[in-house]
Amino acid sequence: MSKEVLDKLLAKFPQAVVSSHNRLGDETAVIKRESLLEVMRWLRDECAFEMLMDLTAVDYLGEEPRFEMVYHLKSLSKNYRLRIKARVPEGDPVIDSLIPLWKGANWFERECHEMYGIRFQGHPDLRPLLLYPEFKGHPLRKDYPLDRRQPRLPLLAPETRRFPRSGDETGHEGEKLPDDSHEHGEF
Amino acid sequence: MPDTAKDLHTEVMDLVLGPSHPATHGTIRMTVKLDGETIVDIDVEPGYLHRGFEKECEDHKWNQCVIYTDRLNYVSPIINNVGFAMAVEKLCGIGDQIPLRGQYLRVILSEMSRITDHLTCLAAVTMELGAFTAFLYFVKAREWFYELIEGVCGARLTTSWTRVGGVRGDLHDGFADKAKVALSKTREVLQECDRLFTKNRIFMDRTIDIGVISREDAISYGMTGPWLRSTGVAYDVRKSHPYLVYGELNFEIPVGTNGDNYDRYLVRMAEMEQSCRIIEQALAKLPGGPVSIPDHRYTYPDKQLVYTNIEALINQFKLVYEEIRPPKGEAYAYVEGGNGELGFYVVSSGGNKPWKCRVHPPCFPIMAALGPVLKGYMLADIIPTFGSVNMIGGEMDR
Repeated sequence: MSKEVLDKLLAKFPQAVVSSHNRLGDETAVIKRESLLEVMRWLRDECAFEMLMDLTAVDYLGEEPRFEMVYHLKSLSKNYRLRIKARVPEGDPVIDSLIPLWKGANWFERECHEMYGIRFQGHPDLRPLLLYPEFKGHPLRKDYPLDRRQPRLPLLAPETRRFPRSGDETGHEGEKLPDDSHEHGEF
Repeated sequence: MPDTAKDLHTEVMDLVLGPSHPATHGTIRMTVKLDGETIVDIDVEPGYLHRGFEKECEDHKWNQCVIYTDRLNYVSPIINNVGFAMAVEKLCGIGDQIPLRGQYLRVILSEMSRITDHLTCLAAVTMELGAFTAFLYFVKAREWFYELIEGVCGARLTTSWTRVGGVRGDLHDGFADKAKVALSKTREVLQECDRLFTKNRIFMDRTIDIGVISREDAISYGMTGPWLRSTGVAYDVRKSHPYLVYGELNFEIPVGTNGDNYDRYLVRMAEMEQSCRIIEQALAKLPGGPVSIPDHRYTYPDKQLVYTNIEALINQFKLVYEEIRPPKGEAYAYVEGGNGELGFYVVSSGGNKPWKCRVHPPCFPIMAALGPVLKGYMLADIIPTFGSVNMIGGEMDR
């Protein structure tokens, strides 16, 4: 079943598909990132892929282009699946957002953005999802060391807290950090 | 009164719920904009339990990652273990060689985990609506299954039970009898709770037509599990893409109609009965034989042989020191978790550690939709709706 969809895709977009395989029973097509939105729209509307099951990226450090976006599509009505991949270079890590097609893409792309630093064109809100806003770097990139520590953040000043704590008027000793805390960053 | 009410100065109020709040189970922060008690806007912020699951997996050998999968959905850890093992087995090309007994054991313990998952969810929902006694009833039933699981795995929650190529150990003596007792007692508890809630005016008022999601939205958000089934879509991985021995067992997929909290409660209650049926059938059909594949590139040889046979000693040595090395490639395997489709996307570069180990957590798409779903409801409706998601911080934040 999935094989037929893959063949249809190859026939419909011969220029967009870079390569394809069905190793281990997972039908897969690697497409050019420029045609992602067009191919996905066609798959959703013409091939009944109603669901974007999963979206992630893989960092193939040392290869060029470095990142690979991986999309798992699922059709409820036809009960088949397809994996679409697209390579994204390190120098310009941009790919189209799939929010116009599937609402579920929103959070997946936010997570992918913070973890890999890939920007999704057309995404309205790329705030970090699982990390905090001050987090530096993209932790799932292969060149992000496993044991890197993030600097300790100063506490918010009382006037910037929306909900003041008891004792804010009497002293501010909680805000000042020792000078070396940024080097060690012990939590 | 209307004239004076018009002159009253009103404004939209910000309210922060969480990250630690007694009425939510799980650390999550919701910033709610309220007009009176009506929710105007809500921003859901997860991530408080992020501990770098994927990054840690990339630094550990394949079988060592099983331990991390326990900590994903820690109320049904065995389903996670099974899902991960199936992904790696698919990658190695040995997915179809798992002995039948091993497959049945995986099914039996997965279904027990599904029951504990649903029991936990319903216990929390009912308790947060004020029914503390029912919480104790549900958790009492959960304990019987945890005891059975503890007997097999040695732990209630941190099971780490599967291995690539099979499972760690066989059932203990008397497991089947104890399981039958647990099932019949659980059915009594379920009937008792059914009498307590299904026609309970307070419970119905708090859940019917609350947290409604349309079928189109549920599909567009990529939801699976009870949330999708409560809208009437009978999608269950165990039926749509049968894995292990689910194809040989009889069970039904309960569905709802309205997509509200009450339907999700009904779906979960009905699914536990189906899981009981599956366990009974699987126990009756349970064949003998080994539980793991005898290929010692993947599984340890018998300990007796290791001490007496040089081949087995070498096998054990190589497996301990080098671990399994799946061929270069990628695989996506998926199982039906307590909250929906639990997928593992694993990439191997040919080494003894995963190049990438991605989890598709079933509650992630549901949490993504929680904000839009809750708009327009009252503040108090957050609690049963969030409860019916059964968000597990471990798999949501990874």
